[in-house]
Amino acid sequence: MSMTSFNWTIAVPEIVLALSGIVILVAGVLQRKGEGFFSSAMLSIAAFAVCGFLVLLSPTGEGYAGTFVNDGFARFMKMLILAGALVAVVLTFSYRTRDKTTLPFETPVLMLFSTLGAMIMASSANLMTLFVGLELSSLSIYILCAMERDSVLSSEAGLKYFVLGSLASGLLLYGISLVYGYAGTMEYTGLVAAIQASGALPMGLIVGIVFIVTGLCFKLSAVPFHMWTPDVYQGAPTPVTAYMAGAPKFAAFALFLRVMAGPFGTVAPRWQILIETVSVLSMVYGAFAAIPQSNIKRLMAYSSIGHMGYAMMGLAAASLAGVQATLIYLAAYFVMNAGVFACITAMRRKGREVVGISDLAGLGRTDPAMAAVLALFMFSMVGAPPLAGFFGKFLVFAAAWQSGLYVLVVIGALSSIVGAYYYLRIVKVMYFDTLAEVLDRPAPSLLFVSGSMGLATALFVAGMGPLMVWAHQAALALGG
Amino acid sequence: MTSAIAPIGIGPYLFVSAALLVLGVFGIFLNRKNVIILLMSMELILLSANLNLVAFSSAHGDLSGQVMVLFVLTIAAAEAAIGLAIVTVYFRNRGSIQVEDVTMMKG
Repeated sequence: MSMTSFNWTIAVPEIVLALSGIVILVAGVLQRKGEGFFSSAMLSIAAFAVCGFLVLLSPTGEGYAGTFVNDGFARFMKMLILAGALVAVVLTFSYRTRDKTTLPFETPVLMLFSTLGAMIMASSANLMTLFVGLELSSLSIYILCAMERDSVLSSEAGLKYFVLGSLASGLLLYGISLVYGYAGTMEYTGLVAAIQASGALPMGLIVGIVFIVTGLCFKLSAVPFHMWTPDVYQGAPTPVTAYMAGAPKFAAFALFLRVMAGPFGTVAPRWQILIETVSVLSMVYGAFAAIPQSNIKRLMAYSSIGHMGYAMMGLAAASLAGVQATLIYLAAYFVMNAGVFACITAMRRKGREVVGISDLAGLGRTDPAMAAVLALFMFSMVGAPPLAGFFGKFLVFAAAWQSGLYVLVVIGALSSIVGAYYYLRIVKVMYFDTLAEVLDRPAPSLLFVSGSMGLATALFVAGMGPLMVWAHQAALALGG
Repeated sequence: MTSAIAPIGIGPYLFVSAALLVLGVFGIFLNRKNVIILLMSMELILLSANLNLVAFSSAHGDLSGQVMVLFVLTIAAAEAAIGLAIVTVYFRNRGSIQVEDVTMMKG
C-alpha cells in the first residue's frame, strides 16, 4: 500500500467532471422551466471533451492511499467510456429537439454522473472504489431509464432495471465482503499477496469471487444474467439505450479485466471455465433469441448480449493477447454500436418515433445515404472484412485459439453465422421490401454521428496500427 | 483494536448474515405481490453484506471493512430514495404496483 504520497493529481479528470456536473445542474435549475436543456447538453459535451484531454494528460501512478490507480489501461478504458457518453449526449440532443415534451435538462447531467462512476470503476485499485464507482454509475442509469415520465414503458423499464440491478449490486457487495474476510484486505495489491501466500484457496474466497463475477456479468448483460436487457433496452428512451449499450459496458469490462487479470490473475485456471461458459451461452443465446424480434431496440439488446460474449472470449483466454483483443473488440463495438443507435434515433415518421424493423422497408430508395450507412454497420456487426467488427472478432478468436480454447472458437464462429441471418435481414428489408411510409429527414447532428461512425467503421483498418500499440500498452499495464 | 466478537467467534455472525442474504434473495424471487416488499428485500441483502464486513473487520482488527460499511449505508439510502421515486412514477402511469402487473414488455 502506497501511503507515502497522496498523489491527488492522478484523478484530475474525475474531479473536473464531478465539478462540472454540479455546475451544469445548478445552471440548469436557474433557467426558466423547460429551457435549460440546450445549455445543459452543450456544456456536458464540452465537459466530456475537456475531460478526454485531461485523461490523456493526467499523470500515471497510484494514489489516494492505494484506492485509486491511473495507468495505460485506465486511460484506454476512460477514453472509450467518454467517447460513448459523448455520442449518447449528442443523440439525446437530437432526440429531444424533435419532440420537446420529453427528457428534461437533467438527462445529460445524469449521463455525466454515470460516466464519472464508470471512470472511477476503470481506475479502481480497491474493492471499495469498485463498489462506489459501480453504484454511482448504476444509480444514475436507473433514473435515466425512467426519465420519460409519462411513458408507461419507460417507467416499467426503470422499475425492472432498478430491481434486478440492485439485486446484482447486493450480490456483488456480499462477494466483496467474503473476499475481504478471507483475504483480509480490500486492496488489489494486497489481494495478490494474500492469494499467492495461501497454498489452497479458502472456500470463502472462491465463493466471494463467484459472487463478484455474477454481479459483473449482470452489468454486462451476459447470459444467464441477461433477463433485464431486452425489456430495459426496449422501454428506455432511445438515447438512454444508446448510452447503456456503451459506457457502462466498457466500465464493467474494465472492472472485469482489472479484477480478473489483476488480483485473481494468478488463479486463472480456477475461474476460466466460468468465463468460458458465460461467453458460450451469451454468444449462442444472443444469436438465436434475436431471430424472431420485430423491434429494432430489442434486436440490439440481443445483439449486445452476443457481442459481450465475444468480448469475454478474450478474457477467457487469460493471456496478454486476450486482454489486448478484448480492448480492440470493445473499440470496434463502440464505433458500430454508436452508429446503429444514431440511425435508430433518426427513425421518425411525422415527428413520432418508430422502432419496428418493418418501418425501415424501402429505406434504400427513400434515403440511400442512411440505408448505406446502416447496411455498413450491419455488415460490420456480422464481422465482414475489412470492417471494424471483423478485426475485433478475428483478434479474440486468435487469442482464444492460442490459449487452446478450440471449442470456444468453433462455437463463436458458428453463432456469428447464425447472427449474420438477423443482421442481414435488416439489409434485406431496407433494399428489397416494398416501401413503407417515408421516414422524416434525420437531424444534422444524427447525420454527423452516423456518418463519422460509418467512416470509422469502414476505415478501421487505417487506425489498427496505433490502436494495437495502445491496446498492447494497456494490457501490459494491467499485467505488470 | 480489542475484538468484541472474540468470546462468540465469527461463525454465528457469518451464519446470521448468510440467513439474511437468503431471506433477501427469496423475498425478491418468491414475492408475487407488492413492489415495496422488493425494496425491503434489497435492503436486507445490503445489510447482510454490512454485517459480514463489520464482523470480518472486527476479527481482522482492520478498519477498512467498517469504512466500507459507512459508504454502503450512504449508497443504500440513495438507492432506496431512487427506488421509491421510480415506484411513484410507475404507479402514476400504471395505477398499480403489483409485481404481476409489471409485464407490459415481454419476449
